[in-house]
Amino acid sequence: MAKVAILFDAFRCTGCRGCQVACKQWNDLPGEATRNTGSYQNPPRVSADTWLLMEFREVENGDGLKWAFRRQACMHCVHPACVSACPVGALYKIDEGPVLYHGDRCIGCRYCMLACPFEIPTFQWDQGLFEGPEIKKCTFCIDRLSAGMEPACVHTCPSRALMYGDRDELIAVAEARIREHPERYADRVYGKDEAGGTSLLYISPVSFEELGMPQLGSAPIQEDTEDIMTKATPAVLVGMLVGLGGLYWVVKRRQEMMGKNGGSGRSGDREASS
Amino acid sequence: MIGGNALRRPPISPAVVVLGGLIVLGVVVAMIRYVSGLGAISNLNDNYGWGLWITFDLLCGVALAAGAFVTASMVYLFGGERYRPLLRPAILTGFLGYLLVILALLVDLGRPERIWYLIIFWNHHSVMFEVGWCVMLYTAVLALEFSPMVFERFGMEAPRRLIHALIIPLAIAGATLSTLHQSSLGSLYVILPDQLDKIWHTPLLPLMFWLTAVAVGPAMVILESTISSRVFRRGLELDLLGGLAKVIPFVLAAYIAVKIGDLAGSGELSLLTEWNLESGLWWLEIMGFVLLPMVLFSLPAVRQSSVGLLFSALLVISGVILSRFAVSLIAIGRPEFAASYVPHPLEFAVTIGMIAAGVAAFGLVARYLPLFTEQVAGSAAE
Repeated sequence: MAKVAILFDAFRCTGCRGCQVACKQWNDLPGEATRNTGSYQNPPRVSADTWLLMEFREVENGDGLKWAFRRQACMHCVHPACVSACPVGALYKIDEGPVLYHGDRCIGCRYCMLACPFEIPTFQWDQGLFEGPEIKKCTFCIDRLSAGMEPACVHTCPSRALMYGDRDELIAVAEARIREHPERYADRVYGKDEAGGTSLLYISPVSFEELGMPQLGSAPIQEDTEDIMTKATPAVLVGMLVGLGGLYWVVKRRQEMMGKNGGSGRSGDREASS
Repeated sequence: MIGGNALRRPPISPAVVVLGGLIVLGVVVAMIRYVSGLGAISNLNDNYGWGLWITFDLLCGVALAAGAFVTASMVYLFGGERYRPLLRPAILTGFLGYLLVILALLVDLGRPERIWYLIIFWNHHSVMFEVGWCVMLYTAVLALEFSPMVFERFGMEAPRRLIHALIIPLAIAGATLSTLHQSSLGSLYVILPDQLDKIWHTPLLPLMFWLTAVAVGPAMVILESTISSRVFRRGLELDLLGGLAKVIPFVLAAYIAVKIGDLAGSGELSLLTEWNLESGLWWLEIMGFVLLPMVLFSLPAVRQSSVGLLFSALLVISGVILSRFAVSLIAIGRPEFAASYVPHPLEFAVTIGMIAAGVAAFGLVARYLPLFTEQVAGSAAE
């Protein structure tokens, strides 16, 4: 099965936020009370009611400032840390690429929010026990994909800054654009290797530090914790049980020997009895 | 003697009123949370999904419950029979600590009614999976280790003998589960290689969390014995506490070695010479709360003095609390546009209500169950 992906071309993006609105419309998300960030960016970050947010960043341009637009939404990692972190398997990745969520399994521990290097999963803070709060994030419009449509954000983008397709093909498209117009783009496809690769691929006219993308290595985020869980933990478990059992036996033997040789003996079991 | 205690009418002292008030306040706040959501009573937000409750109630709570497994291992496994008088209060402190951790989780979890899903839905790659299972299993072990106090009180000979027969396997299971649990709380934060400050992030976090828990175990026994000797007007087992404290310098030395070795190994020692919040916290922890108590506890004069023991124990306890706050809250970098987080007063109300419940439960057990039986028997023999 081909892996799907979305290419976000920050050079082509005009900051119209049509994607943000289309996402809200398709997913029936309400508007939210917000706070001013000092720019058109609104709300300040993704939330349970805003799964896709366009960030407006002011970048030094030599003789002034210019806008740079960053898409803030689930990156649908190839090796998602949230899926690895979820203790009950509420978050899962399907073969086609999207990272999805079973609301009826979630216990609300919010470890996924901590684990995600992009800080994308959000929580319904205003829902009590009767409503049943859930984790919310971009679903890659899985309901549209399964009906043969492209994601709502891609469908609505007027400048074709968003492209939906096969991940390998989109990487080729991104690299070709950088090759054809090296003056337009930073020489890097973000998401090709970051944290083991993501299904959202970014190319940008400014460096990715300036665009506000986290600087990640090429190893999956959860590499060390999975080693701890699959290698160290079983070893410690078995080692402790055997080691402590053996130690108890040795200590007991020695005390018995000392009791015999010394002649004084232990005063027997001093377990209290009232 | 025990019967006499039970028959005495419990006085309505100011302590009871204060503890009761704090517990009621905590319960009321928890009810508001259940009806209106976590946002109604906390400042938790999408950048700070975990706050005071996870850092203090969970991470510090579990660490400070370590006295139970350290003392039980000393008595049952390492031939430290003479420390038995310290065991029951230590087990009780650990048991109550774990019950409070579960209570805190029932407030903090988004879907507390589904906490048991951990049993049926497994993802063994998740550190949270290990944390959940260790909480469940070790709380069960602590309950069994605590149960003889109940059986003795009500003269239930058969179950008491059963637990007595199982006590060695229970001690081994307790030490193993504690080791896994204490370390897994550190492993939780290994998944933050990019967000957690480089001085504090290391794959050795589980080892560090475990070592500090082993060190704080005896320190908590010292604190709890000192307080209960005052409150219940009984003698302080100074020689036993001093003996127990002897292990602390060795553990703290190992901790410092791991801390420095880890930074040296990854070539990050130079970060400690840059002055910022994260390096400042590191130096504060190592100098004030690890090195200082290490030296103090290695001095016989300190170990033979009740004030010296208490002061040094408080240093170790403070150091553990500081390190948990640093790793889980302070040293984690947040992105631009992130909301800030200062715990809401009602978050403190929940935490304080739980501590009050723990203190009240300890008092009740001390009053009605044979908590200090061995101690009483010992002093009667003198």
